[in-house]
Amino acid sequence: MFTLFETIVLCILGTALLLATVRLLRGPSVPDRILALDVLSMIAIGILGLYATAIGDPALLDVAIGIAVIAFLATAGLAHYYLTHSESASEAEKSVKKKSSNRKADGA
Amino acid sequence: MSWITQTLLLLGSLSMLLAAIGLLRFPDFYTRCHAGTKAASLGAGLILLGALVPIDDPDIAIRVWLTILFVFLTVPVAGHLLGRAAFLRAHKQWPEDNFDEWNKNNRDQQ
Repeated sequence: MFTLFETIVLCILGTALLLATVRLLRGPSVPDRILALDVLSMIAIGILGLYATAIGDPALLDVAIGIAVIAFLATAGLAHYYLTHSESASEAEKSVKKKSSNRKADGA
Repeated sequence: MSWITQTLLLLGSLSMLLAAIGLLRFPDFYTRCHAGTKAASLGAGLILLGALVPIDDPDIAIRVWLTILFVFLTVPVAGHLLGRAAFLRAHKQWPEDNFDEWNKNNRDQQ
């Protein structure tokens, strides 16, 4: 079903998927993992584009739109979650307050 | 499959591979953010352009264009939100690349 060229491109994308998964599992901090999830969804969009051309079924491109929307919402939501709720939330609040009070002082 | 589609698909997938390698190899979250947002969105855009070439139906083509536009609009925003959250949580920077534009600007204005 797949030509040689499509298989090669799929192998490259699969390698990228594997490397991003390694970063997702190893990621020393939470933002690293969130970023790895974002890259994983971008690679999923690429694989869907390749499939749509290989099979000739443009309905798969609609799925790519859905994945793009969900990836953006997930990254934005997880970043907000990381900023506000975490194991050391009080410390985070302190640092945010310090920085925002610096900004207020600039405006005044 | 025309050679234009093949070139675009190959370039896009190589860009995605570069993004993944950068994500794995860079020393620091902020540098990884560069690889993970710029190269990955470029790769997705190129692959979707390659998928766009053989499509005749304008109804589907405009949806692919909108997907490309959406990816290029939202990925930088998501990367910015993530980097801002990491910076405000005092995330550690790579020692050789240690600068603090936020507090420097605040000092300059005071």
